[in-house]
Amino acid sequence: MTTLLEVRDLSKSFGGVKAVSNVSFELGASEMVAIIGPNGAGKSTCFNMLGGQLVPDTGGISLNGRSIGGLPPRAIWRLGVGRTFQVASTFGSMTVCENVQMALASLRSETARPWSRMQDLYRDEALQLLERVQMLEHADRSCATLAYGDVKRVEIAIALTNAPSLLLMDEPTAGMAPKERFGLMELVTSVVAERSVAVLFTEHDMDVVFGYAHRIIVLDRGQIVAAGSPAEVRASPKVRQIYLGDEDPGSMERVTA
Amino acid sequence: MWEITTQVLTGLASASNLFLVACGLTLIFGVTRVVNFAHGSIYMLGAYAMVTFVSPMREYLGPTLGFWAAVAASVIFAAVVAALIEVVLLRRLYRSNHLFQLLATFGVVLIVQDLVILVWGADDILGPRAPGLTGFVSLGEHRFPAYSIFMIAVGPVVFLALWLILHRTRWGTLIRAASQDKEMVGLLGARDKLLMTSVLALGGALAGLAGALQIPMQPANAFMDVSIITEAFVITVIGGMGSMTGAFLAAILVGLIQALGIQLFPKSTLVLVFLVMAIVLVIRPWGLLGRPEVEAGGAMGEPPERILSPNTTRFALAALAIFLLLAPQFMSEYHVGLLIEVLLMSLFAFSLNFILGNGGLVSFGHAAYFGLGAYGAALAVYHWRWPMEAALVLGPLVAAAGALVFGWFVLRLAGVYAAMLTLAIAQILWSLAFQWNEFSGGDNGVNGIWPSAWAQSRVVFYYVVLLLSVAAIGALWRATKAPLGYTLRAGRDSPRRCEAIGINLLTHRWAGFVLAGAAAGLSGALFAFSKGTVDTHVLSVHMTVDSLVMVLIGGVNAITGPLMGGTIYPLLKAYIMPLTDAWRMFLGAVILLTVLLFPQGLAGFLSKFSRRFNSSTEPTSVSLRVASERGQ
Amino acid sequence: MKPMLSVSELNAWYGQAQVLFGIDLEVQQGEIVVLLGRNGVGKTTTLKSVVNLLAKATGRIEFQGRSIRDLAPSSIARLGLGYVPEDRRIFTDLTVMENLEVGRQAPRANTPHWTVDRLFDLFPNLARMRDRSGGHMSGGEQQMLSIARTLMGNPSTVLLDEPSEGLAPVIVQQMVEVLKELKRQGLTVLLSEQNLSFAKAISDRAYVIEKGQIRFAGALTELLENEEIRRAYLAV
Repeated sequence: MTTLLEVRDLSKSFGGVKAVSNVSFELGASEMVAIIGPNGAGKSTCFNMLGGQLVPDTGGISLNGRSIGGLPPRAIWRLGVGRTFQVASTFGSMTVCENVQMALASLRSETARPWSRMQDLYRDEALQLLERVQMLEHADRSCATLAYGDVKRVEIAIALTNAPSLLLMDEPTAGMAPKERFGLMELVTSVVAERSVAVLFTEHDMDVVFGYAHRIIVLDRGQIVAAGSPAEVRASPKVRQIYLGDEDPGSMERVTA
Repeated sequence: MWEITTQVLTGLASASNLFLVACGLTLIFGVTRVVNFAHGSIYMLGAYAMVTFVSPMREYLGPTLGFWAAVAASVIFAAVVAALIEVVLLRRLYRSNHLFQLLATFGVVLIVQDLVILVWGADDILGPRAPGLTGFVSLGEHRFPAYSIFMIAVGPVVFLALWLILHRTRWGTLIRAASQDKEMVGLLGARDKLLMTSVLALGGALAGLAGALQIPMQPANAFMDVSIITEAFVITVIGGMGSMTGAFLAAILVGLIQALGIQLFPKSTLVLVFLVMAIVLVIRPWGLLGRPEVEAGGAMGEPPERILSPNTTRFALAALAIFLLLAPQFMSEYHVGLLIEVLLMSLFAFSLNFILGNGGLVSFGHAAYFGLGAYGAALAVYHWRWPMEAALVLGPLVAAAGALVFGWFVLRLAGVYAAMLTLAIAQILWSLAFQWNEFSGGDNGVNGIWPSAWAQSRVVFYYVVLLLSVAAIGALWRATKAPLGYTLRAGRDSPRRCEAIGINLLTHRWAGFVLAGAAAGLSGALFAFSKGTVDTHVLSVHMTVDSLVMVLIGGVNAITGPLMGGTIYPLLKAYIMPLTDAWRMFLGAVILLTVLLFPQGLAGFLSKFSRRFNSSTEPTSVSLRVASERGQ
Repeated sequence: MKPMLSVSELNAWYGQAQVLFGIDLEVQQGEIVVLLGRNGVGKTTTLKSVVNLLAKATGRIEFQGRSIRDLAPSSIARLGLGYVPEDRRIFTDLTVMENLEVGRQAPRANTPHWTVDRLFDLFPNLARMRDRSGGHMSGGEQQMLSIARTLMGNPSTVLLDEPSEGLAPVIVQQMVEVLKELKRQGLTVLLSEQNLSFAKAISDRAYVIEKGQIRFAGALTELLENEEIRRAYLAV
């Protein structure tokens, strides 16, 4: 598999506290990888460095061999990285379609035009993307009136506008009703498969993580403590220690016996 | 040598007084996060209370005891008024945005101004000198008033006393805790509401003390509120909003700049002060000792209010166009003049809302661009005999250039600091116009700014205004619907999403800022020719407040909102102002009622109304608060 | 017996996103009850809803038999329901002593009366740093201070949000001792945890939350025996 994203010895401290230290991993094209870990493990910090919201203290990030560490989010987007947020972030005052049109206009650097009508720009193209995320019927509804799960779908349509090679999804199913979550993840997997997009995501819902990730990276206190296939991670005593709080993985059995 | 010492001492004496006002302001901001314009009114009330209390008290208690008893009584009076304002008004504003807070507390300023004139009259009132401090101290051949020496001591003494209160009493500890995390203080069971009221009372007491102690040096007058509050704002911003020590240092800095600046640049002390502020903010965007403001999530954005269906809108616009074209045929010259005012104010308000409502950018100084346009056009006519046609081009260009330069500073800041900087910029320009007599005509302004011969008639000039203002409004309207306007709105809804789709928000906001500045400048330039004269009023905070009031009563979240506001407001002014001596009180009440009861303005009200009678429209939009980030 | 704290049919939202779906729970007087679950499942949100910190929530919340649903957070605290937030929220500009002072409330009948000296006995580390500012303390010290500060209000019941999070094992052990002492003093405690071994050292009963719903309620021993629940909702 060709390497799409390469992260080397990434570190970040806040006021002397190491949030992320010496994290390294790779992501192949079309791969779907989850980062998990308890609160404060450094997932968001890691994610924000990849997305450009934070500048790494040390270490390198490269996309297709090109260094992207420390670039602003907008430059990273232009290199083909799409992003969805933990708290879905769309333009609430615009319609669903206009949200996608904005991204298309930005892709073609036409956002500063003071004259042409936004509503007519790239509408067909936007509608095609909305059809792909099953939001066509809501195209002309205002984003502020959508159900939360639908806002997440709009985010995915927006993220697809620049034909990304990598999608960064921060907690894709957070805040959704449990039964909606699998529908969304099914959509993500089918969309990325047909477009050969790699996905890196954080997630709290272990059913989603183990159901959809090809590989899982486990962070704790800023460091990778385990990485591998879902089965490997599930079997790892270290991971068990983090998630059940046992110093000695055998002790639980003794207590319960 | 003695000369410079005297200047430094003068500076320190005025620094003391400024500190008394600014420390209350910064304390109040620290705990309540409200920028309180009305703090200057409290200062003024302290001064008027002093001149009122001092005579009877001197009679009963003798000159010395009476004087100080009157100071104490004024302090108590000011504290009570400030606490009342908190209970009645501020309490309801803690969750509003800074612009609404500024505007609402400015409403209080207007009401108090008229109340003061009603109660005490419009004339200055002199008070007695301070007993025992009437003499002079010799410094070489210079004589320095003993009372000023006393004033120099007051600042540090109050600073020390406040420090002790804040660090050595339970109440002070609660205040310091609340300025860091108000919610946590409540979660620990402290009476947080009472705490807020008491902080306002303390701040009010300090402002009252400053007002009362000012009396032996200056008479009480009905203009002292706005001048002191602007300086106090500058000091709190330089020092860092919420920082007591910062306010103390900044007061000394400003006091000295004013005293020494008078020697170096006698014409531009105010400008100097504001320049220092701008420089501090560029180097330290949160002031000397302030800390970055954590912006609460804020609204995620609602769809613009729609009052009429697209077809009805088209019909209404056509009817309006016919009316405006034919109006001079059946209207008196006076009414045509009124219509000119309506058109200009509509353009002015529309330009503000392009960045404010549409772009979510904070501006408390839109008068700057109106004034630059007005002065730009007027001075070209006055000094260089430019014709109207050329001056009407120059005015907007000057305003656009101003927006280009000032935008660079303002757009890097957020929230309350951005609001304060826009206010300061407008004040810099105002003080330049006020102090630079030879060029700008000073307080009197410049006269004889009349249209070219062909447009001298009111009717022809009306058509000039109609053409240009409708063209400018149309262009901005179009820009609102074009990618640029959408991008500004996108920046208002979610800056984070903008970045994530490759948009450089700063450059777009800058472009929007310049466009809005040019449009405001055009209305200012036309305004100059419609009046034949330009004076400092066009750059004043009153002009800014006018623009905000128009946008607010019309409705921020509707493209037609500022047009409605721009129509209603000049008409209200024309028909109600002559009927009353208390116009400002009326305006203040309108502001308060709008902010508290109709924050969505007329447009919001009408669109709710039309929704109720038109069930086929979309469901009511849900206002969103961006969730506080959970997780790590 | 009437429960000390009861929550029923609690739903809560962040913006449009619903995060709690009909939570029901009860805490009896003198009990230590733990809310278990991985991060992001709604533990913190549940505790925040109890002290009325959420903009949007529905349901019934009763403390000592009285509805506290519409009370301001400060009024809830004054009824004797203390809250220690997950992020500790120490006043970093204030010293240890000043932080404690902010939490101080008058003693009330039927609840342990805490003084600074008694708290320093409980948290000997804090006694050594009376005048240190909150910003210059380690995470563990801040956690201790945050609990001590809430105890200064002499509460009858305390909500503790992830007290062991991010703490070194030694400190976690100290925290266990502190909670045991609070139980001896007769305090009622509702805490949220991800750390099962910490929870089992102190708790009487447990609720397991997953995706905003209660999936298990019962004695902790029962939970420890239930491999299935543990695997499904606590392990990965």
